[in-house]
Amino acid sequence: MDYFLTEEQKMIQELSAQIAKEKIRPVRAQLDENEEFPWEIMRILAQADLFGLYIPEEYGGMGGGILENCLAIEQVAQACIGIATSFAASGLGAYPILLYGSEELKHRYLPDIASGKRLSAFGLTESGAGSDVSSIQTTAVRDGDHYILNGTKQWITNGGEAEIYSVLAITDRSKGPRGASFFVVEKGDPGFSFGKKEKKLGIRASATRELIFRDCRVPADRLIGREGIGFIIAMKTFDKSRPGIGSLGVGLSQGALDIAVEYARKRVQFGKPIISFQAIQHKLADMAIKTEAARALIYCSARHMDTDPPDASKVAAMCKVFTGDTAMQVTTEAVQVLGGYGYMQDYPVEKMMRDAKILQIYEGTNEIQRNIIGQELNKEYGRIKESFF
Amino acid sequence: MHIVVCIKQVPDAKNVRIDPDTHTLVRQGVESIVNPFDLFAVEAALKIKDASNARITVITMGPPQAEEALRDVLSRGVDDAVLLSDRAFAGSDTWATSTVLAAAIRKLGNVDLIFCGKQAIDGDTAQVGPETATMLDIPYATFVKKIESLDERHLKVTRQTDEGVEVWKVPMPALITVIKEMGEPRMPSLRHKMRAKKAEISVWGAADLGLDHEAVGLSGSYTQVVRVFSPSRRGNRVMIQGSVEEQVEELYKLLKEAKVPGL
Ligand SMILES: Cc1cc2nc3c(=O)[nH]c(=O)nc-3n(C[C@H](O)[C@H](O)[C@H](O)COP(=O)(O)OP(=O)(O)OC[C@H]3O[C@@H](n4cnc5c(N)ncnc54)[C@H](O)[C@@H]3O)c2cc1C
Repeated sequence: MDYFLTEEQKMIQELSAQIAKEKIRPVRAQLDENEEFPWEIMRILAQADLFGLYIPEEYGGMGGGILENCLAIEQVAQACIGIATSFAASGLGAYPILLYGSEELKHRYLPDIASGKRLSAFGLTESGAGSDVSSIQTTAVRDGDHYILNGTKQWITNGGEAEIYSVLAITDRSKGPRGASFFVVEKGDPGFSFGKKEKKLGIRASATRELIFRDCRVPADRLIGREGIGFIIAMKTFDKSRPGIGSLGVGLSQGALDIAVEYARKRVQFGKPIISFQAIQHKLADMAIKTEAARALIYCSARHMDTDPPDASKVAAMCKVFTGDTAMQVTTEAVQVLGGYGYMQDYPVEKMMRDAKILQIYEGTNEIQRNIIGQELNKEYGRIKESFF
Repeated sequence: MHIVVCIKQVPDAKNVRIDPDTHTLVRQGVESIVNPFDLFAVEAALKIKDASNARITVITMGPPQAEEALRDVLSRGVDDAVLLSDRAFAGSDTWATSTVLAAAIRKLGNVDLIFCGKQAIDGDTAQVGPETATMLDIPYATFVKKIESLDERHLKVTRQTDEGVEVWKVPMPALITVIKEMGEPRMPSLRHKMRAKKAEISVWGAADLGLDHEAVGLSGSYTQVVRVFSPSRRGNRVMIQGSVEEQVEELYKLLKEAKVPGL
């Protein structure tokens, strides 16, 4: 379908697709099996200028927006969302700096993130604070011209691999929701270490670790924005990043659909290719409908989001829910279309189905996204005075 | 330092069919790619550029659509491209092709190093590199897998031969043909791709190169393809089976019956 992309956006698609096909497809099964971080692919994506698509040129990026980033993520995800997650998570770590950092912080960190020289990560979740972000326990206490961080972040994508971390900590517990702040912590800062690498159901090429802060001293100028706006920064970051997570789902769904259709045309049972059975055709049709609808939602939302609209949180949540659910359904059906072969590791759909599940969990579970959409609807309609009855 | 890379656009071998009647390649509907060995040559040049401030010019002789191959290579980080294209070049064999390439390199002037792939996957002759160097009267090294070192006047290369490995010190200017072991060709980058899309590509014809029509194309070629055919299968085939002893015995008997001299 023609989404009226610009020349440059098409180039991003083409280049990312070429990398996905030539460099990622051949290694994805092995990286998944060995739970190996895809450093070589990260290097290739970096050299291709894809890490800084959404970062302004003055900070070394390509000066595009959310859509540009989404286009690259989608193509990479079509081959492997373990790898695409590692790639996209660097953007998640960069957004707090990009949106709220001082000029000095932006110039210090964004060029390396944009060039892919250093990976970035986003540290929010803790063992007791998942969906309920407000219950984080990590603290940052001002000590002269430093802050001292204490606490443990859990399940942080790119943990241990990244060098630049945006971390949320409580700076003043008495202020409740206005008591949290974001900091940049660098790998190698005194008192900052990592937990062991988690073993996962899917996206096994991505690295997930704890971030451990024990009297970790960071210079006070690493505070992002100012004290007390940590939760706002987190929210605004998610508004920007969730369409990208949506693209992970679109790419994954397309990848599974491609394999399912190709297989169904070749697999012969009862003397006919199984695609001639209506039961299979309908499955494939539903997979194609959902995938295209998901893509349309992401492309439109990504463009919309670049205008900083008032309904950003609602739209971002819609992107996340719809694409995550779509990817789960489409990959599950892809396994069904391939039957026993689909269940075997010899075919990629088994991995795709394992990988899909994360899209309904991280960056806010799909239940939480529905909560956000519901609350936003309530507010929106509360402002409308007319009746629709 | 100025490096020239010679590339050729070829049909993607994975999808090529041979027309059973004419015995020629069916090019219709087949994607064109940069000759894979030439991408290793491009990579060799880019590796030097990574470590110095070399400028790389890529040239190709071909029809107007060979411009695509040049843009592909520009998108990987090569600086400039020149298309050598003229109706008069049609039908060139390796000699005539080398004549054109050598003339273009002379016209570019001040070239320190020239890289070619070891051979093109459609012709498989491996002649154009050495011929071009010979016409330019410069030294060449073929089947190079590694550039060991490089100074202002020499480069040291490792070449792979059937017998083993040789390390050569070659005075520059020189021409080097490159094999796969040179290293994976790098992917394009977005910045280079955007630049490649807009890049002005000069087109040089016979007149620009000061070449007589007689010297190029079919008339400038020493070889001409008279006929292309598939060799017919000759003789009968016999499959010998059984234990090794039985097979040897049977083979000996058959050879004897066939009156093989000495048996
Ligand atoms: C592989 C992986 C990578 C991750 N990467 C990062 C990262 O880079 N950075 C980071 O900060 N975090 C990361 N996370 C954490 C992730 O964002 C959280 O796991 C997620 O937000 C859910 O939190 P939880 O796991 O504690 O689940 P819980 O909050 O305990 O939820 C459990 C279940 O209850 C439901 N639930 C909870 N509250 C409600 C409610 N109010 N209404 C309805 N349902 C509710 C949830 O939807 C869920 O189904 C990652 C997680 C994983 C698994």
